[in-house]
Amino acid sequence: MKPIRMTGLLLLLAFAPAAFAADYVTIPAGRFVSALAIDGHASRIAIASFAMRVEPVTEADYLAFVTAHPRWRQGQVSPLLAGPQYLVAWQGPLTPGPAVQPRQPVTGISWFAARAFCAGEQARLPTWYEWEYVAAADATRRDARGDPLRNQALLSSILASSGERPGAIGRHRANVYGVRDTNRLLWEWTGDYAAMFPNADARVAGNSATLALCGGSALAFADKNEYALMMRVAALTALKPVDVAPRVGFRCVRDIHGE
Amino acid sequence: MSRLLSTVLVAASLLAIAVCATPSDAAPRAAQAATTLAGDFGPPQGPPIEEKLVDPPGVPAPIHRNYPARVIVRLETREVVKQMADGVRYTFWTFNGSTPGPLIRVRQGDTVELHLKNDPGSHMAHNIDLHAVMGPGGGAASTVTPPGHESVFTFKALRSGTFIYHCATAPVPMHIANGMYGLIVVEPPQGLPKVDHEYYVVQGDFYTSGTYHEPGLQSFDMQKLLLEQPTYVLFNGREGSLTGAHALTSKVGDTVRLFVGDGGPNLVSSFHVIGGIFDSANVEGGTLVNHNVQTTLVPAGGATMVELSTPVPGTLLLVDHSITRAFMQGALGEIKVSGPAQPALYNRGPSGPISGLAPPKAVAATMNVNDAMADGKRVFTQICSACHQGNAMGLPGAFPPLAMSDYLNADPQRAISIVLNGLSGKITVNSTGYESVMPAQGSNLSDGEIANVLTYVLNNFNNKGGTISADQVKAVRAGDKPK
Repeated sequence: MKPIRMTGLLLLLAFAPAAFAADYVTIPAGRFVSALAIDGHASRIAIASFAMRVEPVTEADYLAFVTAHPRWRQGQVSPLLAGPQYLVAWQGPLTPGPAVQPRQPVTGISWFAARAFCAGEQARLPTWYEWEYVAAADATRRDARGDPLRNQALLSSILASSGERPGAIGRHRANVYGVRDTNRLLWEWTGDYAAMFPNADARVAGNSATLALCGGSALAFADKNEYALMMRVAALTALKPVDVAPRVGFRCVRDIHGE
Repeated sequence: MSRLLSTVLVAASLLAIAVCATPSDAAPRAAQAATTLAGDFGPPQGPPIEEKLVDPPGVPAPIHRNYPARVIVRLETREVVKQMADGVRYTFWTFNGSTPGPLIRVRQGDTVELHLKNDPGSHMAHNIDLHAVMGPGGGAASTVTPPGHESVFTFKALRSGTFIYHCATAPVPMHIANGMYGLIVVEPPQGLPKVDHEYYVVQGDFYTSGTYHEPGLQSFDMQKLLLEQPTYVLFNGREGSLTGAHALTSKVGDTVRLFVGDGGPNLVSSFHVIGGIFDSANVEGGTLVNHNVQTTLVPAGGATMVELSTPVPGTLLLVDHSITRAFMQGALGEIKVSGPAQPALYNRGPSGPISGLAPPKAVAATMNVNDAMADGKRVFTQICSACHQGNAMGLPGAFPPLAMSDYLNADPQRAISIVLNGLSGKITVNSTGYESVMPAQGSNLSDGEIANVLTYVLNNFNNKGGTISADQVKAVRAGDKPK
């Protein structure tokens, strides 16, 4: 009994330092064209300034969260809020175990759980447009999406990773805003994902083109060259808010008031 | 009695559809209704049948059933690294770990209960669009499955034929380019005519970051996909999947049925069997049967079912007769037909120089060394260099070198037989593996010409030297003749 608790404490300590390092950077306001089509057309979207987490939420961050919020622990969380595979890589409710590295992005998290985490640090999930706006950048350009070499590099790096766990954070340069690991490591929940990508599984009212389908997906994208982005949209589309998936994690944003 | 029962059921289900106003997938029971539909033979009977799936090019056993059943098909989408050619690896997205996925075989009127699992290690959500389905998306919307989940989708197979299935998750071209397709065969109620062998072949085009045969793990290349310029065009997702030890087999006098699909994503196949004629070809996989066909078109996202007889022994070649793809991109397979020679049907007669074209003096024994070398050079330039290249270096991956060739120098006597009879199957030359087909030259070249060209090659291109005489060639040729 005692040794187990000790181990748990040690693990907590090992995971702890990163948990306090939730850095946010300010993303300046701007306009951009989303790759998603609205009523079949590309649209210019205005984005107000906001602050985004530099990195995706890590396993260490999430351990700190469930330690502080027992109702989000495995075994205690309501099955209406997180599916049976919730945190499936962990050994126990407060024991990530050897398969999980503190600096890996946390995955296996439902949309509800991700939303609760962000609320816990006085933040929220980004909108799809906010996420897409930031992820359009590379290390030197705010909008690098027209560069076929960049698009191919993202695709190749996504395809090169295999297995059920995403790689470690911070292997690639931060983008021009100072945000890391938007495009290569994992798919990230957005607050409005179900409304953005209506389909048969998300059960959203309305009769927009269904992305799940061959023809529907061709209609739903204004920019059909960004395959890495299309993969992301398709991966999120398949999920209900209660679902979890081994490559789906998240990061949070904060509103900036008085701008 | 059973007719009475089914009439009652029909009446009940008609009532159900009248009551149920929404014809959406929210009301699966309503689907039982319209028995006036062609191909609907009523509700499934008997216990549910688990479909026994086998790896390609295998095919599940023919169906001998005279009633509609519920058939349970279990597929799992998996993203796996496999070889697409020797030393060339690629991350295939698959149904059940293979490209193509397993062939599904049901009877017209069957109710197919399809379980689609997605491996937890997948990057992507996947789904399935079966062209045998009548309804939105061919099942795609009902089967979107995230990693670590399972979906179940049920449909009635109302039309017989050979149909493609494929993943239809965005970006669709990428899912297909990575190998997510297969065939579903819906047999007509009376079944298919009996044949001796059945095989399953699906062509696909692949777009790799590296060039053809560039070794190592290859990434998917989006630009090549957009230009529709594949690096590989393959049968069953692997160069050599149907050649050498993996060749399809038949016997003299047997019949062969091939279920042939084209997954695409882009190219249409001019499917042909070199040395065969299709006794029948189901045009585009439907019920229209054409006879005595040499080459049949298989559309991308389409299929055909062909039957051919194999009356004589030897090797038949499966190709996409858009022939560059067969020779330069991998679209090559073999049917090896075993059995006794059938000289009345196919006979290689005696051969020699035509008197007007090649002077009778062309006998190595009577030629001096210089003339023999000059004659050998002529033969090399006219014939051998087409494949082995003018510098005898061959082409990497396709044609082995004759220059500095350990294979040639190790056994020049063996070379006589190869020139006479051709060679197919795997050989290793200068530590590189080759698996292509060299046509026999025995009927084109005289004994003297073969002796001269071998002597020429042995004494040039940094080979070790030596002489082959016309008598040696003659002896080998005589030894080959059936006795």
